[in-house]
Amino acid sequence: MFYRETGQYKTTYAADRAIFPIRQDRIGIAILLVVAFVVIPLFANEYWLRSVLTPVLVFSLAAIGLNILTGYTGQLSLGTAAFMAVGAFAAYNLEVRVPEVPFLVSFVVAGLAAAGVGILFGLPSLRIKGFYLAVATLAAQFFIEWLFTHVAWFTNYSTSGVITAPPMTLLGYSFESAASRYLLTLCIVAGMAIMAKNMVRSELGRAWMAVRDMDVAAEAIGINLMATKLTAFAVSSFYCGVAGALWAYVYLGTVEPQAFDVLRSFEILFMVIIGGLGSILGSFLGAAFIVLLPIFIANASGLFGGAFSAETIAHLEFVIFGGLIILFLVVEPLGLARLWQIVKEKLRLWPFPY
Amino acid sequence: MDELYFFLEVLIGGLLSGTLYSLVALGFVLIYKASGIFNFAQGTMVLFAALTFVGVLELGAPALLAAVITLAVMVVLAFAVERFVFRHMVNQPQVILFMATIGLAYFLEGLGQTVWGTEVHVLDLGIPDRGLWLGPILVSQFDLVAAAVVALLVAGLGVFFRTTTMGRALRGVADDHQAALSIGIPLHHVWVAVWSVAGFVALVAGLVWGSKLGVQFSISLVALKAIPVMIIGGFTSIPGAIVGGLIVGASEKLAEVYLGPFVGGGLENWFPYMLAMVVLMVRPEGLFGEKIIERV
Repeated sequence: MFYRETGQYKTTYAADRAIFPIRQDRIGIAILLVVAFVVIPLFANEYWLRSVLTPVLVFSLAAIGLNILTGYTGQLSLGTAAFMAVGAFAAYNLEVRVPEVPFLVSFVVAGLAAAGVGILFGLPSLRIKGFYLAVATLAAQFFIEWLFTHVAWFTNYSTSGVITAPPMTLLGYSFESAASRYLLTLCIVAGMAIMAKNMVRSELGRAWMAVRDMDVAAEAIGINLMATKLTAFAVSSFYCGVAGALWAYVYLGTVEPQAFDVLRSFEILFMVIIGGLGSILGSFLGAAFIVLLPIFIANASGLFGGAFSAETIAHLEFVIFGGLIILFLVVEPLGLARLWQIVKEKLRLWPFPY
Repeated sequence: MDELYFFLEVLIGGLLSGTLYSLVALGFVLIYKASGIFNFAQGTMVLFAALTFVGVLELGAPALLAAVITLAVMVVLAFAVERFVFRHMVNQPQVILFMATIGLAYFLEGLGQTVWGTEVHVLDLGIPDRGLWLGPILVSQFDLVAAAVVALLVAGLGVFFRTTTMGRALRGVADDHQAALSIGIPLHHVWVAVWSVAGFVALVAGLVWGSKLGVQFSISLVALKAIPVMIIGGFTSIPGAIVGGLIVGASEKLAEVYLGPFVGGGLENWFPYMLAMVVLMVRPEGLFGEKIIERV
């Protein structure tokens, strides 16, 4: 009834190519942005801002990165956390060695460093694909984790092997409060999400999708496989690198290399699968789902009067995650994003069935 | 001369411990051959089988009964996996199936630890764990026994595949799904059978690993190394899994001993993966795999 595009004519090419061609979508996204930028910082409490919303945003960014590589280009990666680690450690090392650099610049450098490493480990993708490639990314995962643990230079010879992010200041303003950190993350994530959305709608994104659907055929219609796959690796790793830097600077403050282990990589892969392969919106939905689910489980088990120990709950989380992954892959391989799309299609016709 | 002996000692130790990787890789290869599924959960199945075995053992059952019960559990698991997961995923791309097995790995890991707890269980099967001097070279007796178990298992599987009806059906399915279907081989039963066999292999691997390292969570991570093993050996080849395991075992031990001191140790964690990556660059199908042919 309300969600209907009747009477909305597209009279220019620009209107036809808009990100949100339907007016109701534009209104919806505007409301969402106002809520995210104004309402939440005003009303949410410290716990929600610091421990729930900020990690959701950071993970969304990492999930977008992985989605570009796995969802759009079809190159499976099990090394996402390693690229995040490269970002975090690159930003840290730049700040420590050149303290004059503003932290936003070091975030960009973090992304670029991760992109470089991503290209390096993406090189095997030119010859191999599918889960063969997963092994190359596993190599990246274990090698990079080892490198940051064993080469003391990366942690600036800290005895405990952890890095502590220096304080973030911009034009004399220090990002200390939970709300300011949330807004900073939101700005970066929202900006990069729009960039990603536009990238996947452009020639580049279409080339990625052609490679995903069938790379031999893509090559036959004149897509340069090497350039396409390597840009996917570079862009994806750039996103993961920035996410890693945010994870270290904004969320944790103090990071050890083990914070970026292979389980973290799986966690991000799960976000992408549950959220929806090949969907930017899905990256956000998946990240929110995976971050909120353990909180929900912990609260739900509280209803049983603490009948389960914390350990049991942690294991049940594994069971539920695993079960959900299988359920989604069987029932709805395109994830939450696809469910949302189905809801929208139904809404267009409501109250009629078809 | 001493240096040579030391080198041989490291090499042999590596080769023998490599047979353990082969054991896990064998399970991977079985499932991959019969269904084209890259079963990421094989490592977790090893952990799950070992946990179940130890759990039943600690309830007071004799070892043989515990083994039978665990095997029964693995067969039930095979049924469940076929019925609830892969039957619904026929015709999906391989990568999707692979991701489903990651989900399965998480599920099993959580389930096993919810039921049997997380503490490290000691598993003593009475395999002697002492050094044995072969001339001037020290060899672990335990590793020798483990290698013998692997050899026995491979021989047994070889006989199973060559002579029994089910073994022949498995080979038929491995060669060509549709041709196998058209001559009346029941595909679903074959899948259950192959997952059961993989469960059995996982149980053996779990027993050997478990009595070496203790039954604990880290087994499933160590078992991840079976992935580079199969990459090096080739996805579809049982001899490849054995040779790959030997190469990985020997090379990682040699790298640790001779390169480790220069870079601060811990090379074992990533060396096999890097080796696999290099092999992939040169020979994408592995040493013994079937050539990958692509058509539009």
